[in-house]
Amino acid sequence: MDIVKKLKVSELKGRGGGAFSVALKWELVKKAKGKEKYVICNASEGEPNVFKDKFILDNYLSEVINGINIAVDFLNAKDAYIYLNKDYKLKGDIGKCIIFKKTSGYIGGEETAAVEAIEGKRTEPRFKPPFLTDCGLFNCPTLMNNVETFYYVSKVSKGEYNKTRFYSINGDVPNEGVYELPVDMSMFDILKQTGNYPDFDFFAQVGGGASGEIILPQELKKPAFGAGSITIYNKDKTDIYALMEKWAEFFHTGNCDKCAPCREGAFRIYEMVKNRDIDYEVLDEIFFNLKKSSFCALGKCIPLPFESLIKKVK
Amino acid sequence: MKIRINNKDFDCKKGEVVLDVALRNGIKIPAVCRHTDLEPQNSCRLCLVEIKGKGLQTSCSTKVENGMEISTESAEIKRLRKINLELLFSQHIEQCSECNWSYKCKLLELARKYEIKITKFNDRKKDFPTYQFGPSVVFDSSKCIDCKNCIAMCQKQGVGFLDNKEKDGFFCTVPGQTKECVYCGQCITHCPSGAFEEVSSIKEVEEALKKGNVVFQFAPAIRSSIGEEFNLPHGSITTGKLVAALRKLGAKKVFDVSFSADITTIEEGGELIERLSEDKNLPMFTSCCPSWVRYVEVYKPELIKHLTSVRSPHIILGGLIKMSEDNPIVVSIMPCVSKKYEITREELKIDGVKPVDYVLTTRELGRMIRKNKIDFEKLEERDPDYPWGEATGAGVIYGATGGVMESALRTVYEKITGKSLGDINLKSVRGLKGVKEAEIKIGKRKVRVAVINGLGNIDGLDYKKYDYIEVMACPGGCIGGGGQPIPIDDEIRKKRAESLYIIDKKKKIRLAHESPFVEKAYREHLKNKKIIHKICHTTYGNNKNK
Repeated sequence: MDIVKKLKVSELKGRGGGAFSVALKWELVKKAKGKEKYVICNASEGEPNVFKDKFILDNYLSEVINGINIAVDFLNAKDAYIYLNKDYKLKGDIGKCIIFKKTSGYIGGEETAAVEAIEGKRTEPRFKPPFLTDCGLFNCPTLMNNVETFYYVSKVSKGEYNKTRFYSINGDVPNEGVYELPVDMSMFDILKQTGNYPDFDFFAQVGGGASGEIILPQELKKPAFGAGSITIYNKDKTDIYALMEKWAEFFHTGNCDKCAPCREGAFRIYEMVKNRDIDYEVLDEIFFNLKKSSFCALGKCIPLPFESLIKKVK
Repeated sequence: MKIRINNKDFDCKKGEVVLDVALRNGIKIPAVCRHTDLEPQNSCRLCLVEIKGKGLQTSCSTKVENGMEISTESAEIKRLRKINLELLFSQHIEQCSECNWSYKCKLLELARKYEIKITKFNDRKKDFPTYQFGPSVVFDSSKCIDCKNCIAMCQKQGVGFLDNKEKDGFFCTVPGQTKECVYCGQCITHCPSGAFEEVSSIKEVEEALKKGNVVFQFAPAIRSSIGEEFNLPHGSITTGKLVAALRKLGAKKVFDVSFSADITTIEEGGELIERLSEDKNLPMFTSCCPSWVRYVEVYKPELIKHLTSVRSPHIILGGLIKMSEDNPIVVSIMPCVSKKYEITREELKIDGVKPVDYVLTTRELGRMIRKNKIDFEKLEERDPDYPWGEATGAGVIYGATGGVMESALRTVYEKITGKSLGDINLKSVRGLKGVKEAEIKIGKRKVRVAVINGLGNIDGLDYKKYDYIEVMACPGGCIGGGGQPIPIDDEIRKKRAESLYIIDKKKKIRLAHESPFVEKAYREHLKNKKIIHKICHTTYGNNKNK
């Protein structure tokens, strides 16, 4: 059975946060016409409270490299790049992979921005279409998958994939860490099984320490989503304005400033939250604008943590 | 193919973007950051439209697809445009009375249309700095709306002086540390918010006018563009009104630089003939564009010896005026901000005297005329002063890309062969293509020429293939110069250039060397080699760091 068939059967989804079908993406790049093709492993992991890719690189580098090599062979790719968080170090053999140390913050996680960076340009997203699968690095069809995705590609090819994923768990918990558990396990069970279920009133942020959604205890019956992070906050001890200020600063300083809604919107959110002087009507307008008119997905995601926190916790 | 906009079908071509089809058919979509010279920036987000099956998309960057259904207005779109406008204004310090865009400001028009409060947010840029680039360009970063058109244009020009730098959580547009500006001023004409403008000389000229000895001289490219400062159609020919306006402002005399363009042609043609016969320092490059000269001096010094030694037309005429008028103050009206830099070049002084004292851009002149409440449109046409006579058609087309080349070839052909060109309209060097080539058989020799407009097009040019190359830094040549009325795009460039060719066609004398007036100037003033050298020639490579 060839690798795409195996991937199809495995139902493996991308683990960078977008959850796009891996088999489908690989087929798209395979079918795309281009003189050269490229493979990029996205190891930029730029969001607070998400650290599972680092864990995988530290512990299972050879599996990741194997996954990348499978892709290179499958596509007959010219080169494979590892787009690496600038604070990460790879310990071990990386074969022929080329390391590109990420130059900027949060925005580098956006796939087209990562490609721009590797090309030596300013790290900012491209207009889509064309998509990377058709026209990516150096205008060639490009396969970009996340570290964890390549890890599981290796597992799938060896027939060792048991429908698990990696969860970063931290916050007000006794057993902070990265855990490999079933993809469909409920967050409630994950917290119980890892000995992290709080015995105090709490809320969680899921899918990223800045852009993740706020989840209440009664909502934990579903599986985790996004980049698979769960951060627990003690409801009584958490200053939600300080929390929002942290997010807002992260977005304001980490975005690329390309489009007005995100550049100016993120700043005005930060300004209002920092001054603890929030005009909720204005905030609503900014959120609406971010969701509807931001250039890239990162901008569109900014309102989610704030809106869910304000609605559920405030 | 066809697309449907607001329930009406429109024809369009593959590769077009939705915005262009809409605008062409009179459907208004606001688009502030979009400039047709550049790839879409996707920055202002004002041109969002609703596309069936695709949701909200920026019409400036979405290519048409057959059967596409688009609506350009809805309550949601209106709401988004309002917020984005308010956010854009939150980073823009309004200085409308002194702004390049003045009554043509798109931002202000949209603020009225969408009834926004431009002060909804505090001005986050109120303490942002103002930068000056040499004697030519001012960048007030507190007016910048971060569309980055200036950076993109600066890169397209092959200069890359403007840069993005992170400061307090924002990427700001700043002058780069490693590159030098060549003062082409294309940042000015591509800035939608008036953050870039010329270093103004209006005050100095006003002072000079009080003394009563100002001699104005105007560039070839002004006559078909100044009208736009007063809302006349693009490319309107207003030479007579321009002269009348300058007289009203208090000029002692008004001269047409096209006249000395003919002298440039004679001198440059002579130099080309010499270089061709000796096969020395070929190709020869034109040098009337000071940004091109500066680019060579700073970035390609190996080309210095290829530049013609002939001075640019307004410097030659300035020299002649200084020789023949009584203590004049010479003010050039130029389509250009780089000319402000050119007149500071030390080696152009004649016996310690600057040939030209001040340069005003077309826009600055427009501002002065408005300020003096002169009704431009109603002015009675006047002729310039003709101390030696009027210009030929060859001198007028200097304002368009290819014009210097065409004028020179018309003359060189006759000088070498003794015969006149069959057709003096050298169409292959006209038009807006960035690199134009032609081969013309002159006597036994095939002379290969190239015409570059848009400085970036010099990159990758195999210049050794040619004998003579004209380079103008600005797209379209001087009619698209950094000192010209805004907006400027290819349509407007075309109209301004066409008008110059119309003037040329109507002129009785269309060849520089046939002008009896040029002959007269040589007879009366440019009497010997020494004087010619002083007034008409120069050197390069001395002021690269100014």
